[in-house]
Amino acid sequence: MFVATVRVTLKPTVNDPQGLTIARALATLGFDSVDSVRAGKFIEITLDESDRVVAEKQVNEMCEKLLANPVIERYNFDLNPA
Amino acid sequence: MTGPFVLCRLAGVDYFPKSINSRPVSHRPGVGYDFVMKFGILVFPGTWSDRDCGHALETLGQEIEYVWHADTDVDRFDALVVPGGFSYGDYLRAGAIARFSPVMESVSKFAVDGRGVIGICNGFQILCEAGLLPGALMRNDHLEFRCTWTDLRVENDRTMFSHTARSRDLLRVPISHGEGSYQADEDTISELEENERVVFRYSGPAGEVTPEWNPNGSVNNIAGIINKTGNVLGMMPHPERACDPLIGGEDGAAIFRAMFTEMSALG
Repeated sequence: MFVATVRVTLKPTVNDPQGLTIARALATLGFDSVDSVRAGKFIEITLDESDRVVAEKQVNEMCEKLLANPVIERYNFDLNPA
Repeated sequence: MTGPFVLCRLAGVDYFPKSINSRPVSHRPGVGYDFVMKFGILVFPGTWSDRDCGHALETLGQEIEYVWHADTDVDRFDALVVPGGFSYGDYLRAGAIARFSPVMESVSKFAVDGRGVIGICNGFQILCEAGLLPGALMRNDHLEFRCTWTDLRVENDRTMFSHTARSRDLLRVPISHGEGSYQADEDTISELEENERVVFRYSGPAGEVTPEWNPNGSVNNIAGIINKTGNVLGMMPHPERACDPLIGGEDGAAIFRAMFTEMSALG
């Protein structure tokens, strides 16, 4: 068993209105050191698979096909034994 | 391929109900003849504009049938409507899960065959996710859900969705979305612009295409685009909600009407 933790974020070139709004809110709260904020998605997937290479390949495919939209997003993930 | 115009019969006045909606909304009066087409209207879990689209098309004298997303046979239709709503709750991304519905493979084949497909709002998002149209619809730049009337400037009046209007005409059609900011990479945008694939742009009441009249942050005020072959349209505004003067206007009917009005008489 493996647990994949997937992070999907907007490409750096894509405007992130959510991140900008969070940054403004943090500044309003007095966090003057905030330079920029990017918001994204965090997805945890438990896989019933014993082979790490196979599991990695599958998670990659999941990201490519469904979890991320390559037009606007990029992704990365960690794979740890469950 | 049996084209829609071959299948359809010429519609005299008798085919249409004598309601106020039956008169042509055309901004280019006298263009071609209207035909009766059979529209398939897709329904996903969470779709909510299907009945509005059905009502608008029936009022315009067209035949309609609702198609559940698990069905895969769409061959009997002349054109397909992918209506708005929140398919699959917009989970993950708007349209991301709907695009893997069983019906979508048939929709792709239907589109490749050159038959008309119109995606409205969530339908536009689904068509983008499915790769039938380029780019993506992102969260509105101001993060608000906007439900308001907009003026759409017709940018290309030589498509099967817009030939009842003239270039630079304004169509008053409402939007209702939280994720309608059209984005694509620079190459895609310039390809769309060069080949006149931007069909509608958000504008002011005098046709001003400026940031002031951009309701969601879309690149170049883009409100609707077509695919390379010109038979798939995606647009965020809701033409089906602008087909009856009782609810504020009927300019949207010009878009549906274009789909079942012969193009050969185009001047």
